Amino acid sequence: MNKIIEKYNLSEHVAKFVIEAPMIAKSRKPGNFVILRIGEKGERIPLTIVDSDIEKGTITLIVQNVGVSSGKLCQLAAGDFITDLVGPLGKATHIHKAGTILALGGGVGIAPLFPIVKAFKQAGNRVLTVLAARSKDLIILEKEMREWSDEVLVMTDDGSSGRKGLVTEGAEEFIKREKVDECVAIGPAIMMKFCALTTKKYDIPTQVSLNTIMVDGTGMCGACRVTVNGETKFTCIDGPEFNAHQIDFDELLQRLRAYKNEEDQAKNKK
Amino acid sequence: MTENNETLNKGRNAQWRVELRNSVPNKDRVALERVKMTEVEPHERIKSQVCEVNCGLTAEQAVTEARRCMDCVTPTCVEGCPVNIDIPRFVKQIEAGKFLDAAATLKEYSALPAVCGRVCPQEKQCEIKCFYTQKMKKDPVAIGYLERFAADYERQSGKIQIPQVEARNGIKVAAIGSGPSSLSFAGDMIKLGYDVTVFEALHEIGGVLKYGIPEFRLPNSVVDVELENLKEMGVNFEKNFVVGRTASFDDLKELGYKAFFVGSGAGLPNFMNIPGENLNGVMSSNEYLTRVNLMYANQSDSDTPVMLGKRVAVIGGGNTAMDAVRTSKRLGAERSIIIYRRSLEEMPARVEEIKHAMEEGVEFMNLANPVEYLPDTTGRVAKARLQRMKLGEPDASGRRRPVPIDGDIVELDVDLVIVAIGVSPNPLIPACLPGLKMTRYGTIEVNEETMQSSVPEIFAGGDIVRGGATVILAMGDGRRAAASMHRYLQEKYAKK
Ligand SMILES: Cc1cc2nc3c(=O)[nH]c(=O)nc-3n(C[C@H](O)[C@H](O)[C@H](O)COP(=O)(O)OP(=O)(O)OC[C@H]3O[C@@H](n4cnc5c(N)ncnc54)[C@H](O)[C@@H]3O)c2cc1C
Ligand SMILES: Cc1cc2nc3c(=O)[nH]c(=O)nc-3n(C[C@H](O)[C@H](O)[C@H](O)COP(=O)(O)OP(=O)(O)OC[C@H]3O[C@@H](n4cnc5c(N)ncnc54)[C@H](O)[C@@H]3O)c2cc1C
Ligand code: SF4
Ligand code: SF4
Ligand code: FES
Repeated sequence: MNKIIEKYNLSEHVAKFVIEAPMIAKSRKPGNFVILRIGEKGERIPLTIVDSDIEKGTITLIVQNVGVSSGKLCQLAAGDFITDLVGPLGKATHIHKAGTILALGGGVGIAPLFPIVKAFKQAGNRVLTVLAARSKDLIILEKEMREWSDEVLVMTDDGSSGRKGLVTEGAEEFIKREKVDECVAIGPAIMMKFCALTTKKYDIPTQVSLNTIMVDGTGMCGACRVTVNGETKFTCIDGPEFNAHQIDFDELLQRLRAYKNEEDQAKNKK
Repeated sequence: MTENNETLNKGRNAQWRVELRNSVPNKDRVALERVKMTEVEPHERIKSQVCEVNCGLTAEQAVTEARRCMDCVTPTCVEGCPVNIDIPRFVKQIEAGKFLDAAATLKEYSALPAVCGRVCPQEKQCEIKCFYTQKMKKDPVAIGYLERFAADYERQSGKIQIPQVEARNGIKVAAIGSGPSSLSFAGDMIKLGYDVTVFEALHEIGGVLKYGIPEFRLPNSVVDVELENLKEMGVNFEKNFVVGRTASFDDLKELGYKAFFVGSGAGLPNFMNIPGENLNGVMSSNEYLTRVNLMYANQSDSDTPVMLGKRVAVIGGGNTAMDAVRTSKRLGAERSIIIYRRSLEEMPARVEEIKHAMEEGVEFMNLANPVEYLPDTTGRVAKARLQRMKLGEPDASGRRRPVPIDGDIVELDVDLVIVAIGVSPNPLIPACLPGLKMTRYGTIEVNEETMQSSVPEIFAGGDIVRGGATVILAMGDGRRAAASMHRYLQEKYAKK
C-alpha cells in the first residue's frame, strides 16, 4: 500500500499525484514507469514516473481519465492508498549530449515527455519542445516544460491555446529553421506514427515511448508485444522506448483496440 | 542414496511397521484394486473455473489404498521421487490410521505436500517405479492421491503442526521470486534461524502456483494455508518488489542481506514467430491464464478483461496447454482444440490432465502445427493454417521427431489462439548481474550439488536453473540451496 501525499487536478480529465514510494523514488530513471492497481479486483495499469523526490521519498504520476481504471485512480485523494504499486519498470531513456533535441508531446503524453526533456536539458542539450493537444485544457505542464526547454511551441487542434494546428506542423517549423540532431515523441499512437513519418523525411533519429496494453510489466505475458524492425519485442522489458522509424504502427494501433468492446462495456456499466 | 537406504531400513524395522506388515498377507494386498478418485462430473465441473475436479479420498479409501502397498524391502518408488520421500513410511502411517504422522513424514521432505500430491507427474516419477508397475504390471499404489490425502487431512483437521524454528541468528537472507523453489528455501532457512525475506514482483505470492495453475486443479486456498504457515514461522514477504529494479543486489546488501536465493522462474513466453501471431486474439498461455487466475478476469466485478472465444485453438501439449484449453471450456467456448505437433503418446502433460480434458470435450488435433494466422475484417484472428505432420526418426529427447507432410495444409476457423509452446528464463536478474555465469539457454549456471552460482553469495534453483521443470524439482532445489547456503554462511559468519 502506498499513500497519496498530494493530488491536484490539472484539468477536468487529468490529475497529478505525489505518492509515497521511497525505493522507487531512489532507483527510478527518466523513461521508467510503474504499474499500479486500485482495489482487490483492480486492473494493473502502467503509468510513467514523471518526477521523483528522493529526500521526501515520493514519485509523481500524471494520469488522464480515459476508462475504468484510470477513473478509479482519479477519484482518489490525498491521504488515500494505492493498493499495489510496483516499479520502476522498463528501460531508462538513453540520455546523452546530442546537440539539439526536438521533444514532441501530445495530450497526456506530455507527462512522460517531461522527465526526458528535463534530463536532456540537464545533460547540456538545446531542447526545442512542441506541446500539442485537442484544446487548451488538455495542455499540461506548460510552465514546467518552459523551465526546462529553450523554446516551447504550443499547438491545439481548435486554436484555443498557442497556435492552431497539428504537432507535426510545429515540428517541421523547428526542423526547417535549424538543425535538429535527435527527436523524441510521446503521445497517442496515431500521433507518434505521424511524428515518425515526419522526422523520417528529414532523417532525424527519433525515439518514441509506446503505450501498449500491459498486464504484468515484467516480461511474463507478452500482451505488450510490438513489431520493431520485423522482430517481436516486449514493450515492458525491451522498451517502452524504441526507434520510431522501425515500429509497425499499424499493428500497434490494431492491438490497442484489442479490448475495445470489453472496455466500452465496463465503462458504461460503472 | 546408501545413507538414505539405511534410514529407510531403520524405519522399516520399527516394531509397528513389522506388525502392520505381517497383519495382512501380501496376496491379500495385491488382490485389492487401485482406488478410483471421485471426480466432479464433466458437465458439472466445466461450469466453474474454481470447482476442483478431484474430490480427494475418504479416510476409508485412503486406508484401503495404503493397504495395497507391500512395504517393500527395496522401495523403488522412493528412487522415482525427485526428493526421495520415504513413501512406504507415510503410506504405512496412513494404513495404521496415523494420518497426522503421515503428514509429518511428508513435511520432512517436501514443503508443499498438498500441492505435489495434486500436481506431480506421478505416473512418470514415484508411481512408475512402484513394485506394482515394475514387476507385476498392475496399477501402482496411488502414492499421489495418498500424499494429497495426508496433507489435506492435516489442513482440514485444524491441527497443522507449525515446525519448530531455531532462535534467530540475526543473519539476513533473501529469496527472489515466490514460486515453489523460493517457498521451500524460505521454510528451511527460517527453521535454521535466519531472517528470511521473500521478494515477489507481482501482487500475489506463489509464482506459477497462483498465476498459472488454475483453481480447478490446485485451489488457491491450499496454497494460502502453506503461505500462512511460513508467515507464522516468521518469513517476511515483500510483494510488488522487483529485485534488480526496485532495488539492486547492492542495495539489498547495504540493507544487510548476506546471501540470496534466486527462484525467479522461467517466465518469458515463447512464440513461434509465424505470420499473424500478433493479431488480436492470439496470445500466450501466460497472458490468458494470468488474466483469469491472477486478475479474475472471468468474474464480472473484475476490472481486467479477457478475450472470450467460441472456437479456441491452444498450441502445445504440456500442462500449460491443458490448463489453458480447459479454462477456455469453462469460459464458454463451443470448441476447444489442442493442436500438437507430435502424437498423443509424446504429450508431456500429466496423463490425468489429458484424460480430464478429453472428458470435458476438448478436441485433440495431433500431428499438426500452425504456420500462419489470418484475420477477419476487424483485425482479429479468424483462421489458423495448419501444417500436417508425421512422425520420423527419434530425436535427441528420444521422442520421434515430427516432420511436415509436404503440401498437406488445412485451415481451421478460430477466434482465439493461445500459444503454449514453452517459456524461456526470465532475463531480468541476469541482466542486472553481469558477473553471473549463464548457460547458453539463458539459465543460471549452478553447481548441481550446492546450487551455488558463480557469484558465491548467490544460489539459484527452480525454472531459472532448469528452464522449465516441475514443482517438486523446484522445491528440491530450494531445499538443497538452503542446506548449502547454511554451510556457506556458517563458515563465513558464525564461527568468527
Ligand atoms: C509504458 C506506459 C506508460 C504510460 N504512461 C501513462 C501516463 O503517464 N499517463 C497516462 O495517463 N497514461 C499512461 N499510459 C496509458 C495508461 O496506462 C492507460 O491509459 C490506462 O491503462 C487505461 O486504463 P483504463 O482502464 O482507464 O482505460 P480502458 O477502459 O482500459 O481504456 C480506455 C481507452 O484507453 C485505451 N487504452 C487501454 N489501455 C491502454 C494502455 N495501456 N495504453 C494506452 N491506451 C490504453 C483503450 O484503447 C481505450 O481507448 C501509459 C501506458 C504505458 C504502456
Ligand atoms: C500453467 C502451468 C501449469 C503447470 N503445471 C504443472 C504441473 O501440473 N505439475 C508440475 O510439477 N509443474 C507444473 N508446472 C511447472 C511448475 O509450475 C514450475 O516448474 C514451477 O512453478 C517453477 O517454480 P519456481 O520456483 O522456479 O518459480 P515460479 O513458480 O516460476 O515463480 C517465479 C516467481 O518469481 C517472480 N520473479 C521473477 N523475477 C523476479 C524478480 N526480479 N524479483 C522478484 N520476483 C521475481 C515471478 O513473478 C514469479 O512469481 C506448470 C507451469 C505452468 C506455467
Ligand atoms: S513428491 Fe511427487 S514424486 Fe514425490 S512421492 Fe510425492 S507425488 Fe510422488
Ligand atoms: S514400491 Fe510400491 S508397493 Fe513397494 S513400497 Fe513403494 S509404493 Fe509400496
Ligand atoms: S506486460 Fe506482460 S510481458 Fe510486457
